[in-house]
Amino acid sequence: MRDFVSERARAIPPSGIRRFFDIAQTVEDVISLGVGEPDFVTPWCVCEASIYSIEQGSTAYTSNKGTPQLRDAVSRYLDTRFNTRYDAEEEIIVTCGVSEAADIAIRAVVDPGDEVLVAEPCYVSYTPCVALAGGVPVSVPCRAEDEFRLTADALAERITPRTKVLVANFPNNPTGGVMQEADWRGIVDLLVDHDLLLISDEVYAELTYDGGHFSPAKIPELRDRTITLNGFSKAFAMTGWRIGYLCAPPEIAAAALKIHQYVALCAPVMGQIAAYEALRIGEAEKDAMVREYRLRRNLFVDGLNKLGLSCHVPKGAFYAFPSVESTGMNDTEFAEALLREQHVAVVPGSVLGPSGAGHVRCAYAVSRDDLKEALSRMGTFLESIK
Amino acid sequence: MDEKNRILLQLLEENCRTPLSELAVLAEVSEEDVKDRIDRLEAAGAIRRYGAVVDWERAGDGNVAAVIELKVSPERDFGYDRIAERLTRFPQVRSLRLMTGIYDLQLLVAGPSMHEIARFVSEQIAPMDRIRETATHIIMKTYKENGTTFAEREEVDRLPYSF
Repeated sequence: MRDFVSERARAIPPSGIRRFFDIAQTVEDVISLGVGEPDFVTPWCVCEASIYSIEQGSTAYTSNKGTPQLRDAVSRYLDTRFNTRYDAEEEIIVTCGVSEAADIAIRAVVDPGDEVLVAEPCYVSYTPCVALAGGVPVSVPCRAEDEFRLTADALAERITPRTKVLVANFPNNPTGGVMQEADWRGIVDLLVDHDLLLISDEVYAELTYDGGHFSPAKIPELRDRTITLNGFSKAFAMTGWRIGYLCAPPEIAAAALKIHQYVALCAPVMGQIAAYEALRIGEAEKDAMVREYRLRRNLFVDGLNKLGLSCHVPKGAFYAFPSVESTGMNDTEFAEALLREQHVAVVPGSVLGPSGAGHVRCAYAVSRDDLKEALSRMGTFLESIK
Repeated sequence: MDEKNRILLQLLEENCRTPLSELAVLAEVSEEDVKDRIDRLEAAGAIRRYGAVVDWERAGDGNVAAVIELKVSPERDFGYDRIAERLTRFPQVRSLRLMTGIYDLQLLVAGPSMHEIARFVSEQIAPMDRIRETATHIIMKTYKENGTTFAEREEVDRLPYSF
């Protein structure tokens, strides 16, 4: 028989973390700081609305681009919350999570051979999605000394005549870095002069702790050269519902919609109803979760620095990204030994991009008691390797 | 209200045994400042008392508790305040509130037995001046108290890793 697996599928490197799953299976009582997902359950008012809609028989397909009700709500929400305006009919597509939104955004704009800049370290899906679209992913490093912001210098160095797109994710997974207005202003000229498109994944937009989120599409020069991606998973603790959305100028949205309708048809209706409810009445519970993340961040980052694992104070998302250089181990060795010996799961930074090397990602989306226990185990671990 | 005070009050309400050093880190202020703020909140009566939320049932000392509704004739010049003041003096009365609706005062009464609560209501409360009517509802089971859920729910398994 032939080998049926395609060259493109074969070329996707195996997940750098598969091995860790296997080790985690063999140790007891793991405290996991490895999961990029809220530990909260979706606010009950949101679940209840979705359960009720199922009881009422809302189980059919929706419009490809999502229910008009939800698109309207998203449009109003983006306007009120981040001052960006997107037309509910022409410019917003509801997707199966931001993962799908990133994929169709990339496929809607990337041709074979196009170079796509990916600001890293970052969520792992952009690079394979670019490769699957035939594009050439190019890493743009964000560094600890810049608090993991994207700088014009790093960007300029990697732009070539083939460059078409920049993918950026702020607030950032894994670093917790954010880009404020001035930081974006610093790269506007580069994007405009080289006629580049920005794909901005803002799924952590609601999780900012010192100053609100700045959405780059708010800058007039960028408005029509930006695809904004966002969703409900992180802000409203709705990871399993799989609801995200893509916002783009009409021509790009129309192209992305063609792909979306063939790969997903529409996002799950139960999730769309839940998402609408989250925007309608979920704000107070969302704010309470954000306040709690901030407390956890304060507790955990303080603890890390006291242990000698130097960590900048992340201003967004729910990740701390300490350096493990002081231990003399690399990030993979550190993460593996910590898991085996003290049963604390963290993600080695190099899995999330070359600039992540020497750091580990710790998601502080677990209870404060678990964070304290994790810190105490990390302390024991650090003592043991001295 | 001052945002830092709000954070401190919420943290203390959640666990009043949290050390000052931890409160300081969580609220992003210095330890001295935490101490100072708490002193002032105590002096102002915003913090009334520090206590534990006890599940007496589980502690092995199943108390009986009842909600008692009272219809009361208010007094000229004092309204309900004087009768309420008399009621608060009974140690059996755990909480007391003036309510809108078909009755006036609501009491939460706890005692060692049903018999003891019945005696307390019929002998101490019902005969008081100005009390026109009482209705006693025995509490059968407590599911949630002061924001704390008593019943244990199974944790949903999460993956140890994700991106």
